[in-house]
Amino acid sequence: MLSELRTMWEVLKHTFTGADTVQYPEEMPYLAPRYRGRIVLTRDPDGEERCVACNLCAAVCPVDCIALQKDTREDGTWYPEFFRINFSRCIMCGMCEEACPTYAIQLTPDFEMCEYDRQNMVYEKEHLLINGVGKYPDYNFYRVSGMQTATKDKGEARNEARPIDTKSLLP
Amino acid sequence: MSELMPVLLALTILLGGVGGAAVLTWWERRLLGLWQDRHGPNRLGPFGIGQVAADMIKLLTKDDWVPPFADKVVFIFAPTAIVVAMMMGFAVVPFAPGVMIIDVNIGLLFFLGMTSLAVYSVLLGGLASNNKYALLGGLRSAAQMVSYEVFMGLSLMGVVMMSGSFSLVDIVAAQKDVWFCFSQALGLLVFVVAGIAESHRLPFDLPEAEHELTAGFHTEYGGMKFAMFMLGEYLGLMLISCMIVTLFFGGWMGPAYIGHWLPPLVWFGLKVFCVINFFVLLRAAIPRPRYDQLMSLGWKVMLPITLVNLVITGAVLLWMEGGA
Repeated sequence: MLSELRTMWEVLKHTFTGADTVQYPEEMPYLAPRYRGRIVLTRDPDGEERCVACNLCAAVCPVDCIALQKDTREDGTWYPEFFRINFSRCIMCGMCEEACPTYAIQLTPDFEMCEYDRQNMVYEKEHLLINGVGKYPDYNFYRVSGMQTATKDKGEARNEARPIDTKSLLP
Repeated sequence: MSELMPVLLALTILLGGVGGAAVLTWWERRLLGLWQDRHGPNRLGPFGIGQVAADMIKLLTKDDWVPPFADKVVFIFAPTAIVVAMMMGFAVVPFAPGVMIIDVNIGLLFFLGMTSLAVYSVLLGGLASNNKYALLGGLRSAAQMVSYEVFMGLSLMGVVMMSGSFSLVDIVAAQKDVWFCFSQALGLLVFVVAGIAESHRLPFDLPEAEHELTAGFHTEYGGMKFAMFMLGEYLGLMLISCMIVTLFFGGWMGPAYIGHWLPPLVWFGLKVFCVINFFVLLRAAIPRPRYDQLMSLGWKVMLPITLVNLVITGAVLLWMEGGA
């Protein structure tokens, strides 16, 4: 009986404590710059797409919401022919961002995706691609990697040594 | 004109009761929100009062569906019974001197009878639904309401002894000097507990206990028939509050030591408002007991308290009579 009375008193005291509710549409919560919301595809400093269509994001995605197809440019670099993500299945776990070897996929604080038509939740590459470098302004995958392209041979990339000729005895 | 007055009064109380119950659904949710550090419905109109209208439109436009496996006649009859019974109960409530529909010399018994009739609604609703959850809910409500009825009536006998009348007007008049909430504190305690159980509100809402019986006796109900059950529940809450004020808190009279500087109707309304808020506080604070705990509380604690109260009241009255 005493405990019930005490409970009622404790509850009554809450008359004078404000509500903890965040009244969302009017009152926006603070979202950190690294908040894990909708993904974007970024470009490298030269304005080219960073995505090399390696398929790691699609492989790591726990809900299988990413679909893409590789294609090759004339200079030998890879790019996605299409890059499709179904945000009605996406759980915003950020694993695609972690898997991405070229920093192409980056997460943004945007989470407000509401559509009356389910089909509108499917984003294509032109919806995802932004005109910017995102969080890594200087990074360009083809400049730091050993991959051979039309403009650059093996060993010509940044921080990279010439390939060793294993058949030769010379130092 | 004088013949028309009771009819007008009855209509006013009828509409006031229904409107009050509608507003009460909103007020209760706001209060619960306040005490649980949330807002409650606050979107529609000033302070969210438009929620009442929105709920009504929603319930009225819903498909009035009867499940094919239900007993149709009883299924439709059940929700009306509780509203009718609770509305009849308001007939004897003395809101203020002259502002009551009928002053009968058995007003208290009439009130007890009407609240007892409400059990039929819950019981038949559970039975006619032809659903095991509904049946369990109906079963529980029958046991709960019948056992709490016993000492609900007995707890008021102390009041009747002290005022020497079953008429509610006489009972209020007998509290001119000191309210019965002091001299009949035990009776008040038992009556409040029994009243909650009788209107099956939280924490004694075991007939509908949503965590184990989905929605208990009104599992199969929707739309306006469900609204009737809710209306009956809120009318019951208001009726019990009115009776607590009438029987234990001096009805329309202000406290003797402060005086009667407010109109009687305002005093009555204020007190009823406080009691209703207290009931909402109970709902916000106290968890629902188990079914066997409810039954043992009723028979092993409340009934003995009532009987002790009865004996003490009778003894004191006899002793005072003998002494005087």
